[in-house]
Amino acid sequence: MTADNQLDVWEVFMQSKPGANYIHAGSIHASDKQMALQNARDTYCRRGEGTSIWVVPSSAIVASNPEDNGMFFDPANDKIYRHPTFYVMPEGAKAI
Amino acid sequence: MEQAQDTLLREFEEKIECGFAIEPKDRMPAGYRKHLVRQMSQHAHSEVIGMQPEGNWVTRAPSLRAKQILLAKIQDEGGHGLYLYSAAETLGVSRDELIEQLHTGKAKYSNIFNYPALSWADIGAIGWLVDGAAIVNQVSLQRTSYGPYSRAMVRICKEESFHQRQGYEIMAKMMAGTADQKAMAQDAMNRWWWPSLMMFGPHDSDSPHTGDAFKWKIKRHSNDELRQKFIDKTVQQAEVIGLTIPDKDLKWNEEKKCYDHGEINWEEFSRVIGGDGPCNKQRMEHHISVHNEGAWVREAAEAYSAKQQYSKNV
Repeated sequence: MTADNQLDVWEVFMQSKPGANYIHAGSIHASDKQMALQNARDTYCRRGEGTSIWVVPSSAIVASNPEDNGMFFDPANDKIYRHPTFYVMPEGAKAI
Repeated sequence: MEQAQDTLLREFEEKIECGFAIEPKDRMPAGYRKHLVRQMSQHAHSEVIGMQPEGNWVTRAPSLRAKQILLAKIQDEGGHGLYLYSAAETLGVSRDELIEQLHTGKAKYSNIFNYPALSWADIGAIGWLVDGAAIVNQVSLQRTSYGPYSRAMVRICKEESFHQRQGYEIMAKMMAGTADQKAMAQDAMNRWWWPSLMMFGPHDSDSPHTGDAFKWKIKRHSNDELRQKFIDKTVQQAEVIGLTIPDKDLKWNEEKKCYDHGEINWEEFSRVIGGDGPCNKQRMEHHISVHNEGAWVREAAEAYSAKQQYSKNV
């Protein structure tokens, strides 16, 4: 069997309703943008799962490296002034 | 070097132990990756090959309603194959390789699709029993440790319940029909029951792939556990519509609170897996010929894309 081109891989992000976050649905294969959108619709949206789709060539995605997680996602626990509970509110102040 | 490997394996297994999902870029043992590629590609191939016995009835569906339903179901199966291929591709294997492994026989697909769909009642039996058995397996796999596989399973399970219900509806309708229709439904039941039980694979005591699969939480329930679950929920459904389960040893075990069943014909199982089932040759030839005949479509799509790029650049 000769190796056959299965077209490029694209990642699919879908918004379930206006106002919602776009969420990664999976990937599809396509040769161009138009086909990528159509294949994404046919593959991940057969029952009204979405109202809007983004497709991105997989090769364009840059991902963080899990091995750097400790440093990269340092929780910065020493910067407690980033949290609202750090601040002392005057007695009697309401709705703050 | 070896020590570093040991540390990596220990870290990996600790993560699994704590119930964390493994994601594509995480370090994983080669054996874990290999097991997943084998299992997920076999799963994907099964979805796609499973379109063939059903496709056989599209033009002969007994009503427009039945035809629309069957088409939608077959489209879902194709979709499920794509979810699974794309999840498998996150492990670094390409679609070309996966298809080549199928065509050369290196990768298997579910044995059940080597049986023919002889009558319309078979479409009912496939949806009710075959998809029913697949659901039991897939519900369990929703909690598998590899993230992309687990997410594909969640999506698939949402869609499978329609498949099983439409199959059961066909069987129920036929069992409410003429004597001939009832006989046809029972005949389909007789032919599909045992192969459906075989879908769960060999008995736990004879299953070659389970050791690491359990430790690494790829598999969450054993073959026999899942098979038992399927039998226990299906027997009552058969009774409601008046179908007889073709197993004279099937009886309720009050002590264990589940059904005891007769011996599965494992000789038939290995014979069909080994290539000597009623439709093995036909299924593979069809897949290969459609793949080859479709090559020009992929080439044309590439050429069109290249032309668009070119005209954008001049």
